[in-house]
Amino acid sequence: MYIYDAFDRTLVNERVADFRDQVARRLAGELTEEEFKPLRLMNGVYLQLHAYMLRIAIPYGTLSSRQLRMLAHVARKYDRGYGHFTTRQNIQFHWIKLAELPNAMAELASVGMHGMQTSGNCVRNITTDQWAGVAPDEIEDPRIWAELIRQHVTLHPEFSFMPRKFKIAVGTAVHDRAALRIHDLALRMHCNEAGERGFEVMVGGGLGRTPFLAQTIKPFLATRDVLSYVEAVLRTYNQFGRRDNMWKARIKILVHELGAEAFAKEVEAEWQAIRDGALVLDDATIKDIASRFKYPRYERLADNSPEFAQARKTDQRFDAWVSNCVNNHKVPGYAIVTLSLKPEGGTPGDATDVQMDAIADLADRYSFGEVRVGHEQNLVLPHVAQRDLPALWRALDPLGVALPNINSIADIISCPGLDYCSLANARSIPIAQEISRRFKNLDLQRDLGRLHVNISGCINACGHHHVGHIGILGVEKNGEEFYQITLGGKADEHARLGDLIGPAVPYAQVADVVEDIAAAYLELRERPDELFIDTLKRTGIEPFRERVYAAR
Amino acid sequence: MTSPLDQKKIKVTGPVVVTANRTRDGAVIYRCADGWTTNLGDAAIVTDAAGAQALMSAAAADDLGAIGPYVAPVQLLPGGQVRPGNLRERIRVGGPTIALPIAAAKVLEKHRVQA
Amino acid sequence: MPLVENGKIVEDRFVRIGADDPIPDRVPVIVPAARFLAEADALTARDGSLGVAWPNNRRVAELKPWLGHLTLIALEFPKFRDGRAYSQARLLREQYGFRGTLRATGDVLRDQFQFLTRAGFDSFEVRKPADAAAFAKSVARYSVVYQPGADGSLPALRRRLQRAGAASVPKES
Repeated sequence: MYIYDAFDRTLVNERVADFRDQVARRLAGELTEEEFKPLRLMNGVYLQLHAYMLRIAIPYGTLSSRQLRMLAHVARKYDRGYGHFTTRQNIQFHWIKLAELPNAMAELASVGMHGMQTSGNCVRNITTDQWAGVAPDEIEDPRIWAELIRQHVTLHPEFSFMPRKFKIAVGTAVHDRAALRIHDLALRMHCNEAGERGFEVMVGGGLGRTPFLAQTIKPFLATRDVLSYVEAVLRTYNQFGRRDNMWKARIKILVHELGAEAFAKEVEAEWQAIRDGALVLDDATIKDIASRFKYPRYERLADNSPEFAQARKTDQRFDAWVSNCVNNHKVPGYAIVTLSLKPEGGTPGDATDVQMDAIADLADRYSFGEVRVGHEQNLVLPHVAQRDLPALWRALDPLGVALPNINSIADIISCPGLDYCSLANARSIPIAQEISRRFKNLDLQRDLGRLHVNISGCINACGHHHVGHIGILGVEKNGEEFYQITLGGKADEHARLGDLIGPAVPYAQVADVVEDIAAAYLELRERPDELFIDTLKRTGIEPFRERVYAAR
Repeated sequence: MTSPLDQKKIKVTGPVVVTANRTRDGAVIYRCADGWTTNLGDAAIVTDAAGAQALMSAAAADDLGAIGPYVAPVQLLPGGQVRPGNLRERIRVGGPTIALPIAAAKVLEKHRVQA
Repeated sequence: MPLVENGKIVEDRFVRIGADDPIPDRVPVIVPAARFLAEADALTARDGSLGVAWPNNRRVAELKPWLGHLTLIALEFPKFRDGRAYSQARLLREQYGFRGTLRATGDVLRDQFQFLTRAGFDSFEVRKPADAAAFAKSVARYSVVYQPGADGSLPALRRRLQRAGAASVPKES
């Protein structure tokens, strides 16, 4: 993982001092809320229904155990003993007091953490695959590129007051685990015919009121040109993105209104003027950043040893956990372990301080001190030796994070919704809880297979419902909570927006509807291993629609 | 509940209060005669747009103490008690409708008792 | 509104001219964009420093033919959240080579001073007197920056490489 140096630490500390001054001026009446609001947003401080919310950046989802312990400490000292991992690989605390924020931020800064640019009309957390650096199918570690861009866009003088927020994702693997095409800007590494590595640049993705998938504006960008090209995209957006209407201000609208080709031309013209300037990424610079990423000293271990096979045979629950939560690692003898933050009847993505501390300890013991956060709101221990898996599992199980429900219908992705969020129209968490209760049976989960349920409490789509296999969107009708259901969305390299299946259903019926959809799938599938999403593609939504609305 | 933060023109069709969040800690507060209260039962209740506008002006003027004031409906019960008038306001009074993680629930309770 | 240049509050020697006002000789003037374009030949031939007030929704490339004649360009922040003029400033400074005074006008607040300076502004019509007085302190709030800036600040990437001559092992943060 990336090691901060004196420069990085200084910046974060100066940011804390800056914010402390701004909070003091606010509380002394020298700054109005109108003046203060953009400043606090740029530190990730939102106002929610009950309290302020602090969103802390977890750059590309990588955490050290030391940082995770500090998050636990902040949860205990400044919040209500828990935190919420988000769909952008960040963490949120929902009960923060403004007056205490500077102190909380100072403590976070001591381990290199901050809330910089987790909100506001600037470039947000740059996300990537939670298996970065250890995935067998990646070309190289995407986090190096994410870090190069992250530094470049942090407190960027030109791009801190853009028309709207700007989300960037980087991917280098064959399988897209970073949901690239729903981002404002996505970089997908691949090799050209000469075997050189470069990036496909895609622009204009985003969910919300007018969802779009990103379009390719440059099929192959040389790595040396990454920063200058990103600069050209941001400059074009900053100048020509709409500022007259908040709902039309994202770059996706600009790309849509100009057309991808015209937009690409505009960017190209700007880029040509700067491509050989100060932003060229020469080898020395790339090497320097890459050198600050520390990798474990892996041992030479046997892959799938007889002992490991025996352990699986002996204990059925352990075996079920391995089958579901453990994935192949780049390095033989090692494994990638996913920790489910989706307990039965629980809030997706929440973790208590006790859990965070315990996971930090386990990371030290079994994962070279490193943890990852995925946009699916689960955690990952990325460097676990296979021989340690039995002991790890025995430690994870009592923490409640070893449920083998990853990628199942119970692995629900959900925004906080109206229980917390002032933007929401409806609650999302109780819907998730009820669905997880209905589908708590592990055999049923396994039988249904990979089935992504995404829930958003409002059109801002923080739950990414548009790209869920089953998408659930909360709306308000005459003061009551109703939910639109979409089917067939996908977030991966075959990204697709889901289709609405019919009129919104009331709160009390949503879990029933999901049960109907699941039942329909079981009846319609051609074979037990035909996935829900593939059955749906084959049959279309009509049979599902019929089933859901037959009695409604 | 559609965010009332986008309210432009005040329309009053029943009893309403003005509510906001306290600047220093984000706590839910209600406009009353001489300032703010955390207790809905002590809030100033009005029944027409002029009254609501007056409360809003006073609230907006207190930029130091309160942020994001808006008009919220209430329900008046026969016995004189005041209840929040919609789900959003019920959640603001009662907290999230879901069980918080156990440790968190204990802390929340402690804060409630103190407040 | 106090004017800040070189870290201090100064008198504004420029006079703002409206669309129909007479233009005095030998007085530095700032002329609105439309008028400037319509009367460019006369204005550039005139005796006296010339400035133009350029809106933030027009490309500054239109000014390229006259940059040599302009002493000052005033760019606009209708609200401080509207950051288009940052791009305009950088284009003028870094791509079109403008060497004159770049003035930030409109909703110019203390918390943007360092951004403005690094984008190339060197003259500031500051909305609040207290902010103007705090300019010197505010503009140096961050000693580490990640991007090249017009104020000559070296980005951290470059400083690191310079330092890396001393081949130090990065310490755990």
